[in-house]
Amino acid sequence: MLTAEDKKLIQQIWGKLSGAEEEIGADALWRMFHSYPPTKTYFPHFDLSQGSDQIRGHGKKVVAALSNAIKNMDNLSQALSELSNLHAYNLRVDPPRFSLQFLSQCLQVSLATRLGKEYSPEVHSAVDKFMSAVASVLAEKYR
Amino acid sequence: MVHWTAEEKQLITGLWGKVNVEECGAEALARLLIVYPWTQRFFSDFGNLSSPTAIIGNPKVRAHGKKVLTSFGEAIKNLDNLKGTYSKLSELHCDKLHVDPENFRLLGDILVIVLAAHFTKDFTPACQATWQKLVGLVAHALARKYH
Repeated sequence: MLTAEDKKLIQQIWGKLSGAEEEIGADALWRMFHSYPPTKTYFPHFDLSQGSDQIRGHGKKVVAALSNAIKNMDNLSQALSELSNLHAYNLRVDPPRFSLQFLSQCLQVSLATRLGKEYSPEVHSAVDKFMSAVASVLAEKYR
Repeated sequence: MVHWTAEEKQLITGLWGKVNVEECGAEALARLLIVYPWTQRFFSDFGNLSSPTAIIGNPKVRAHGKKVLTSFGEAIKNLDNLKGTYSKLSELHCDKLHVDPENFRLLGDILVIVLAAHFTKDFTPACQATWQKLVGLVAHALARKYH
């Protein structure tokens, strides 16, 4: 469960990214496609070359959704409800447990490369828990 | 038989040459115990693990982290024979230590994040992909002798 301290750390660290969100989203996605090629199977309609407009656009979307979730950490279920429907009924991404694990890992690596030491064990723990909670909500309607 | 390209080998050995095994190992193990607290079950005789600060400062955690990462170094010297390198350790983790192999994957991912925080922009996507492959294969080799 996300503690008050976790929520504070997440908001703080997310605050440090202002302006770079789009870049981080694109970077995280690119890293995910590169480290976990099977994740590309969900994007056959995308230009998956490095720096493509579609990757940038989608990265921006993903980060915007996470930003929204961070503003509504006390009610993730509601904040992510639309996305939960989308992932369950339309996208049918292999249970987020797996795919989000890969996105979570790559997002964290992206954050760590930018924040260095500031990506402390406590921050790491809070972000990992948060991404886990997001994955849980997105998987709620799968069956 | 695992295939490593020349570029992948370079990305591994090049980075490894700059890693402080003791610091990095201590950091990775501490983070495992902090981020996934249930892993503390394997270290009940390590003393004070009551908070992130306690874990990070715990000398047994540091020492064991160094041991674990030193073993990783052996794998890097034997990239073409990970299975052989980890055969005995695999048996140990199964028969004596009773560690769920899922934990190897968790530690591997944490190691990648530690490297990312340390090397920042030098930890490129290509670098990450190679290291994710390596930690995945090490986890696999460690799980191989489970029965």
